[in-house]
Amino acid sequence: MSQLGFPLLSIIVWLPALGALLLLLVPRTNDELSRRASLGVSTLTFAISCALPALFNPALPEAAAPAMQFVDQIDWIPSWGISYNVGLDGVSLWLVLLTTFITPITVLSTWDSVHKQVRAFQILMLLLETAMIGVFVAQDLFLFYIFWEFTLIPMAFMIGIWGSENRIYAAVKFFLYTFAGSVLMLVAIIALYILHRDAIAATTPGYVGTFDFGVIAEHLRSGSFVLEAGLAQALFGAFFLAFAIKTPMWPFHTWLPDAHVQAPTAGSVILAGVLLKLGTYGMIRFNLTLFPDASLWAAPAIGILAVIGIIYGAMTAYAQTDMKKLVAYSSVSHMGFVVLGIFALNQIGVSGALIQMINHGLSTGALFLLVGVIYERRHTREIGEFGGLWKVMPIYGGVTLLVVLSSAGLPGLNGFIGEFAIMQGAFMAYETGGARILGWPFVAFAVLGVILAAVYLLRMYGGAFMGDVGNPENAQLSDLSRREIVVLGLLCVPIIAIGLFPNLLFAPMETSVADVLHTFTGVVAGR
Amino acid sequence: METIPIPPVDWSAITPILVVIGWATALLLIDVFAIPQDRKRVTGYLAIVGLIVAALAAIPLWGTSSVTFSDMLVLDNYSLTLNWIFLLVGVLSLAMALDYLPRQEIEQGEFYPLIMFAVGGMMLLAQGTDLIVLFLAVELLSITLYILAGFAYPRLASEEAAMKYLLLGAFSAGFFVYGIALIYGATGTANLFAIGEHLASPAAANGENTLLLVGAGMVLIAFGFKVALAPFHMWTPDVYEGAPTPVTAFMSVGVKGAAFAAMLRILALALPTLRPTWVVVLGGLAILTMLVGNIAAIAQTNVKRMLAYSSIGHAGYILLAIMAIDAERGVQGFLFYMLAYALTNLGAFGVVIALEQKDEAAWSLNDFTGLWGRQPELAIAMAIFMLSLAGVPPTAGFVGKFYVFTAAWESGLGWLVLVGVLTSAVAAFFYLRVIVRMFMQESTYVTEATAEARVVGISEAKDASPLLYRGLASGITVAAVGAILLGLIPTPVVVLVERSMLALAP
Repeated sequence: MSQLGFPLLSIIVWLPALGALLLLLVPRTNDELSRRASLGVSTLTFAISCALPALFNPALPEAAAPAMQFVDQIDWIPSWGISYNVGLDGVSLWLVLLTTFITPITVLSTWDSVHKQVRAFQILMLLLETAMIGVFVAQDLFLFYIFWEFTLIPMAFMIGIWGSENRIYAAVKFFLYTFAGSVLMLVAIIALYILHRDAIAATTPGYVGTFDFGVIAEHLRSGSFVLEAGLAQALFGAFFLAFAIKTPMWPFHTWLPDAHVQAPTAGSVILAGVLLKLGTYGMIRFNLTLFPDASLWAAPAIGILAVIGIIYGAMTAYAQTDMKKLVAYSSVSHMGFVVLGIFALNQIGVSGALIQMINHGLSTGALFLLVGVIYERRHTREIGEFGGLWKVMPIYGGVTLLVVLSSAGLPGLNGFIGEFAIMQGAFMAYETGGARILGWPFVAFAVLGVILAAVYLLRMYGGAFMGDVGNPENAQLSDLSRREIVVLGLLCVPIIAIGLFPNLLFAPMETSVADVLHTFTGVVAGR
Repeated sequence: METIPIPPVDWSAITPILVVIGWATALLLIDVFAIPQDRKRVTGYLAIVGLIVAALAAIPLWGTSSVTFSDMLVLDNYSLTLNWIFLLVGVLSLAMALDYLPRQEIEQGEFYPLIMFAVGGMMLLAQGTDLIVLFLAVELLSITLYILAGFAYPRLASEEAAMKYLLLGAFSAGFFVYGIALIYGATGTANLFAIGEHLASPAAANGENTLLLVGAGMVLIAFGFKVALAPFHMWTPDVYEGAPTPVTAFMSVGVKGAAFAAMLRILALALPTLRPTWVVVLGGLAILTMLVGNIAAIAQTNVKRMLAYSSIGHAGYILLAIMAIDAERGVQGFLFYMLAYALTNLGAFGVVIALEQKDEAAWSLNDFTGLWGRQPELAIAMAIFMLSLAGVPPTAGFVGKFYVFTAAWESGLGWLVLVGVLTSAVAAFFYLRVIVRMFMQESTYVTEATAEARVVGISEAKDASPLLYRGLASGITVAAVGAILLGLIPTPVVVLVERSMLALAP
């Protein structure tokens, strides 16, 4: 049980799944009721999850192990040392909130974008929410892997059933890519478990081992469990590959444009908003914490891949004429920033990466919704088909401008905060741990990426919204409906709020990020 | 004249087998004399009752360990757990056959007792500790299956399957007997405990043991045929495709499980000292089997053949557990995997049966197209089975693979584990393809029944789909629920298999 006396975190994890079960009672043909039930459950989950930041204690004393809060732990398979173990720290706090915030918004958007088999879609959506929150809070490697893999199933179904023409190819590619990446992580988890058990059993006979992430991390730090360098690098690689595919990092990104373009709007929003963050979250939680030396060793190479991803994503985005593809490639670019920040291995870099994860979830989620709005009206997403939309749909134009600027990183909005912190971190990483890992060349390319982001986003905006209404088909388009205004308005609130008061987000994560970076000696210099 | 002393016999050690065999013998007669031709289903129900009674009769034996018939048979927790798994396999197969046989108009009362005899043979394989007993058990099992494979008699494919299985079965039996002879020649005994003792003695360690190695190799080949290890797997797709589907389902889990069970006992009791030798041989076979099974399955468009190749692939994973018997979790992993695999594979074949019409080889992937729209429950069940076979959490298949891979890693077979996970990633493709067909493609396929229904004015395609009969539906439900429960709450079964120790000495 947690410090609260009742399992708050477990309720947040399992409430959506419970809702999915309840949805089975709704008649299959009653679309309206299943949408409302789904909205109700996900809104309730969000309301409960708001208690997390309120009750979160940002300044726990630095402990030997990652200090988790709201911990619920029950034995699951005792003889293996597997337990149901969930907990929350500053790293996962905002990601959980992002998930519970994005899900009801996405559900709300399905009124306009999902028209067949509504009940099945809502069931999958709620199951997916449980799995995603589960990934962020699982503190047991076995449990983590189960949640991690389970996110695949609902998402693949969403793309495959509700997607557009080429949906099956996209769904299969998405599933196989991520599955293939994860199986190596499974081997790494098994290997870690056995190595740890044998190391501890040498001094404590009869030790059955554990999959508890905190315990393993604690033993690594105290030195009672030592990984040989080569082995640590191999395990690091197995974990990293799974996360890099999910993120997706260049050159493992090829599933992303397919998945995004084929997925229904709601699927794209969840995919961009939350699912991609599972990968970068995993890097922080597992790669940095478990294999600090290997992280330091690999950081320059990963930094180069990240920078390539930033530039490549931006340039490819510029070449797109389909707005959804453009947004999809911009994700590759933005997630490159996140990885760069993480492997700066200093406080400001990792914090910036976390903020950027939240920001990317909000702005890119909003961008996909905006593209979905116009697609529902015109059934095309080609920039060339539009022009002068602002004149026809003024509210739509205004909201889009705000989101585009946020995504491009305009100071005063949320995007700027994350990118600035990441670049600062990468610059300071010149001397992390006594080794040169990143430094100004990386920052230079990152800056180029920011400029390119402004270029491709404003080109899209200019092409579709500015000028005269060239195409007569666009002249009669209706502006945003009340529901759409609510959906997008809700997303705009944090976009502005984070831009103005970034410290609200930074403050709770400070201790936890410091704790993750605990082993990097250059931490103090990085602050 | 001196009388031959009869060794004391502990009948309780073979109670479950006695119940099964005795019940089956009686049922054969009852079927002929008491059950009218049009009510053969009753025989099936009686057979199911018999298997359940045997399972209940085994409960009081838990925890006891005894050796009887001059050390030729053993009762330990290992064999008891296997007996339960085999009885479950028998019950589920019978439940599925109850619908299948009348629908295919091949119902004969003998079918049900024959399955019981086969189950008896499987249980004997799990309990035998003497090569001769194992040979008898293999033959009991195989002979019944030769008949069962050809049970859809006028259908050519079924006859072909029976013939093929018979020929290769006879071939492998030859290997088996010759192997036993050579082992007997080398060690002077056919008893597993005695062979183990002989090999552990210092004299054997230094001496020449070519004869024994050749003999052991031949026994291994015989089992390789039975469990369908590559390169002894050639018969599998043809036989699995041709045999009546419930028989295929039964073979794919039952025969495989029983033969592996005996193989494990041989390796653990008789040949532990030769582990460095056989680990290399079996390791090569395991890699080959995992590759061949999973890669060949990709090319199949016939679901029955695809499941046949997938079962070859799974034999490779089970072999990993068998090779890991020196690690504590090897035996456990084998038992857990067997249960998970049995439930899942039987369920998958159950769905194939549900879609199979009379005179119609409805095994093409196309028949699964749009199943979600026609029969959603069936589609969801099949999706669970496919995900479980692929090893995606939270299903039984995932926990089983996890168990086996952990055991294999513990016993130093890291490379094999790597091949194992990579081939399971490959395998995900063809399992996923079935799901794609069922959920993501619209049905363009019109069965004859649907067309007929349209003529008489029933527009709902759903009404025209083959009805799910109670036996089949409950079989599939049990398998699907089991596959999910075993994935979410594996603890009770883990506790069970952890206590299922092998008796290592008489």
